[in-house]
Amino acid sequence: MNKNKFDKLKMKLRNASVGIAGIGGLGSNASIALARAGIGRLVLVDFDKVDKKNLDRQYYFLDQIGQSKVNAMKENIKRIDPEIKVKTYNIKLKRGSMYYPFKDTDVVIEALDNASTKTEFIEEILLNLPEKPIVAASGVTGYGHSDRIVTKRLGNLYMCYDKYALSSEEDILMAPRVCLIANWEANLALEIILGEDM
Amino acid sequence: MSIEVNSRKVDWVENETIKQLLKRVKYTFPLVVVKINKEVIPRKDFSHVIVPDNSIIDVIHMISGG
Repeated sequence: MNKNKFDKLKMKLRNASVGIAGIGGLGSNASIALARAGIGRLVLVDFDKVDKKNLDRQYYFLDQIGQSKVNAMKENIKRIDPEIKVKTYNIKLKRGSMYYPFKDTDVVIEALDNASTKTEFIEEILLNLPEKPIVAASGVTGYGHSDRIVTKRLGNLYMCYDKYALSSEEDILMAPRVCLIANWEANLALEIILGEDM
Repeated sequence: MSIEVNSRKVDWVENETIKQLLKRVKYTFPLVVVKINKEVIPRKDFSHVIVPDNSIIDVIHMISGG
């Protein structure tokens, strides 16, 4: 291992922050990846509570059922690294103020479930925080077809995208593909913070 | 007299709005993010923003699930 490179990257990540909108299938798994990578500060936003049916793909445990997702995730992150600063917002994102919690983060990750909320959120970030890099995902259902996922970049918007995937109303959500895309989003966030790996 | 929509060459039509263009190229998904020459166009403006000639248009459709 190149220790010099490793130390330099660790330092950069420690000083970086990522905000995550939605701590469900995408957001919970992306949070864990970012925590393990050593991001210094995470901002978590979700209104929901952990439900038994979430455990098939979301990074929660049986004894966390009923807890708010943001608190349960904070607990899980602290079990990996108690030094990471975690700010939680147990709120539902509302049109017009969706971008507030993300004002002082370096990168925003869109990890919401509903297509219309996703669209509204991306639009709000692009319009209100035009300098802010935003990583979003569209097309996470089903299994297999890993090679259909691409990163599509439009200015500051980085989309993990499978245009052939069906919506979650028409298809199933399964851990491998949801986690793959969650980690794809986290990986893009690292690339934005650190610059392209050489 | 042409524009590019998601890397596909499409004829340019004078005074055509984004809404009309999306219909013409059969992008029927209700939820899309549209950029014209790298500028994001809010959905509320789709019915009155005119597509300029030679523009490059990116349309991403959002699919539920996460």
